Amino acid sequence: MNTETLKEQKVTVATTERISGCEAIVRCLLEEGVDTIYGYPGGAIMPVYDELYKYREQLHHVLTRHEQGAAHAAQGYARISGKVGVAMATSGPGATNLITGIADAQIDSTPMVCITGQVASHLLGSDAFQETDIIGISTPVTKWNHQVTRAEDIPEVLAKAFYIARSGRPGPVLIDITKDAQFAEFDFKYKKCTGIRSYTPIPKMDLEKVKAAAELINSAKKPMIVWGQGVILGQAEEEFKAVVEKSGIPSAWTILGASAIPTDHPLNVGMVGMHGNYAPNKLTNECDVLIAIGMRFDDRVTGNLATYAKQAKVIHFEIDPAEVDKNVKTDIAVLGNAKETLAALLPLLDQKNHEQWHDEFRKLHVVEFEKVIKKDLYPTKEGLTMGEVLKEINEQSKGDAAIVSDVGQHQMIACRYAKFNKSKSNITSGGLGTMGFALPAAIGAKMAAPEREVVAIIGDGGFQMTIQELGTIFQQRLPVKIVVLNNEFLGMVRQWQQLFFDKRYASTEMINPDFVSIAKGYYIEAKKVTKREELKDAVAEMMGNAGPYFLEVCVEKEDNVFPMIPTGASVSDVRLS
Amino acid sequence: MEKTIHTYTVSIYTENNIGLLNRISAIFQRRHVNIESIVSSVSEIKGVSRWTIVVKVSEEQIKKIVGQIEKQVEVIKAYYHKDEDTIYQESCLFKIKSDLLFEEREIQNIIKDSGANIVTVNKKFFVLEKSGRRNEIEEIYNQLIPFGIMQFVRSGRIAVTKDEMKISEMLAAFSN
Ligand SMILES: Cc1ncc(C[n+]2csc(CCOP(=O)(O)OP(=O)(O)O)c2C)c(N)n1
Ligand SMILES: [Mg+2]
Repeated sequence: MNTETLKEQKVTVATTERISGCEAIVRCLLEEGVDTIYGYPGGAIMPVYDELYKYREQLHHVLTRHEQGAAHAAQGYARISGKVGVAMATSGPGATNLITGIADAQIDSTPMVCITGQVASHLLGSDAFQETDIIGISTPVTKWNHQVTRAEDIPEVLAKAFYIARSGRPGPVLIDITKDAQFAEFDFKYKKCTGIRSYTPIPKMDLEKVKAAAELINSAKKPMIVWGQGVILGQAEEEFKAVVEKSGIPSAWTILGASAIPTDHPLNVGMVGMHGNYAPNKLTNECDVLIAIGMRFDDRVTGNLATYAKQAKVIHFEIDPAEVDKNVKTDIAVLGNAKETLAALLPLLDQKNHEQWHDEFRKLHVVEFEKVIKKDLYPTKEGLTMGEVLKEINEQSKGDAAIVSDVGQHQMIACRYAKFNKSKSNITSGGLGTMGFALPAAIGAKMAAPEREVVAIIGDGGFQMTIQELGTIFQQRLPVKIVVLNNEFLGMVRQWQQLFFDKRYASTEMINPDFVSIAKGYYIEAKKVTKREELKDAVAEMMGNAGPYFLEVCVEKEDNVFPMIPTGASVSDVRLS
Repeated sequence: MEKTIHTYTVSIYTENNIGLLNRISAIFQRRHVNIESIVSSVSEIKGVSRWTIVVKVSEEQIKKIVGQIEKQVEVIKAYYHKDEDTIYQESCLFKIKSDLLFEEREIQNIIKDSGANIVTVNKKFFVLEKSGRRNEIEEIYNQLIPFGIMQFVRSGRIAVTKDEMKISEMLAAFSN
């Protein structure tokens, strides 16, 4: 036993004392190293808030303006730091308001613990005031959930909650605690959870599979890597970069995989999927070996499965056995944590550079540049493009900013064009596509990484879904930079209406409020840009500002995002216009 | 081949937890898979529950479903088997008017030939129990129906597998 575990045990023994359940909740959070939580009070959770008041020097509770904001803030916190985000809410509507954020965390594998208050246990099932079956409601969108009705169960259940949320493939956990359990006193003792017998967070790596994968990779003429968030969640960036560099394989990313290696890494060939880059989408259907690493073949990545990489042998490095063969049949599945499996793979790989194969990517990139990128980044028409705003931010941040994007056209533009130097820099709602995610997520991101520049890129539609979190930003004096790309449309839906519904713009045009006045109403410095000449200075002013800053950029109303793979089409049918 | 529909018996070893039924049935529900029968019971291991679920799906589907079941935190292990790989039984109860037992010779023969057991007899009714395969239960049901059945109920399938499950070893490995 090393000294650290000895020390830990000592502390545990020393802290045995009689306290209430609600104090125990706070103490458990402290034991887990939590420094910040996001939440909203109400009747069934008030005893815990009373304790949060007492412990306010040790544990920072951030009052968001809506429980959805609390959940997304906890997600932002988790995504930028890799630590477990914590959100808290009262019973009934407080708890149900968390659900969107929980569902988002579930599908994007974000470690999060949500604590909800619940009516007293003798009232359970009686339709008491603000009673809702949040365990039933949250079951399909949590990695684990549990209701606590006895104070003495709190430490063990919370220890399990944190362990489950962060281990293996991470995910959200909800713990519902009845009011009587919050009040009751018991002998508090905390022991971190290190294992659960029914739960195998990381499957055992099979070296034979690694060897088989290496052989196939070494013999490949046109191999291609598609990596996902598994590389980031597994803290495998180093190992991954080494594998890519040694094997010389063109490597493309899913939205959630972005930033695991820098954007301008020479072997980084861009994004795959519906609005991904032309070359990696097209060449997915020409490679001979497809190496998927920590990704799950989402339908927005694969397009029509019947025509997806049929010519290729598929190798899947994956931590979750349920993902193997779920969407794409693999030839070799290497189970395990990417950090471990990639480290084992590295020495078995031949040094290569695949020069000719890379040329094919370059050629298609030129096509995409001519047809799409040039117009996006160096527009000659009058109206501003979303792309040039991103380019300006890249230039001024030098690629060091974390970009938190919402959902829609601006999100796709942000993911396509943002420059990332550092891992964990692309924070966006991938799997659920939750509008309203970015503003609160930026709060959590900035608080978890105050040293980093955090820029939220939001559409005029999504901004209005969680706009009230401007209040949180002001109250916390958080220097997040908020950029709203205003096209006066639910742009992404409008794009589909234009392309697939004969321009019938049903309920997608918005008459927007004066966003700058709203931001100023929250005492946040704000500016609006309508002309290209103003953009550079406005971004500079925003980046140079020491406090929170709101920048509205009025962009072309009816621009479209390309390339695009229409729903149900093949990746090789990716359209450039 | 993987797409042809078969009857699968899914055996799930779990920790005891109130919410687990919800969690597991949601996995079937999301994919619109009808649960033919479901039985929850204790298992050979103390504190471990065993669920037996019967569904009619393709092998491709059942693989994915069992994968998603197995990743639930409180599921120790989940398996799926075709009928030929298990020994399985169902059980049923018939409630029938007592007069018939004494007046209809035919009924006595049915009971004798089918290997059914009389659970109880009183003045008004008697209860007959029969365990076996589905077709055996259907056979006796069809034989008895002309005489009038007051109540009938059939249980879900229970099954043991021909091959080993090795759950005890798995759990022992954890405690070491
Ligand atoms: C909560 C939610 N509701 C609806 C949608 C469907 N949806 C996807 S993109 C989009 C439009 C977003 O508009 P805006 O925020 O203005 O961004 P833009 O596409 O114009 O950049 C909508 C309505 C969604 N993703 N999330
Ligand atoms: Mg818009």
